[in-house]
Amino acid sequence: MDNPSAIKSKAVDDAKTQPVTAMSVVVPAIAWLIPGAGHLIQKRWIRGLLLMASIVCMFALGLLMQGRVYKPNGGDILDILGFVGDVGAGGLYILTRAMNWGQGAIAHATADYGTKFLIVAGLLNFISVADAYHIAIGKKP
Amino acid sequence: MTLAHFSAAVLFAVFASVVFGITQRNTPRDQIRYGLYCFAMFVGGVFVAGWVMWLLRH
Repeated sequence: MDNPSAIKSKAVDDAKTQPVTAMSVVVPAIAWLIPGAGHLIQKRWIRGLLLMASIVCMFALGLLMQGRVYKPNGGDILDILGFVGDVGAGGLYILTRAMNWGQGAIAHATADYGTKFLIVAGLLNFISVADAYHIAIGKKP
Repeated sequence: MTLAHFSAAVLFAVFASVVFGITQRNTPRDQIRYGLYCFAMFVGGVFVAGWVMWLLRH
């Protein structure tokens, strides 16, 4: 079994040897702003389109189900976490706030599902951003 | 738009499985296999949770 401190020092060494390229900075930003675009600009066409379709459809369904979009807040911890999840959707969140969508009061069970769809779409986009970054730095094919 | 509970759960499973499959595995074959595995787990979990709730209710 490997020594934990050896693993940690190897991880630190790997981070030091990882060059900071333009792609490693631009890709996460683009990937966050437009779901799937981080893969598309790296010519991972099918992966990018599938990620884009999944995240955009999930977010759109959340809005159609009258889910609630969280605003920046400093109140209840669940509201703060809801905002963190929502903001992961990047451009979709910005567009939604700009158009004043997602203001519906939760009046039935599927509206609450809609709120969860919106949050999970944002969280899935965070995973997608991390994946695009790993491709950009050559850690993933 | 109003979806049934089951429809909403299946759609959730589809979208989450696609993202998990693509991001958590490296080769296309593994990505498809893992995506299908996640989908089966999500939908299986829905049925298990449904039966647990039925048992609690009765």
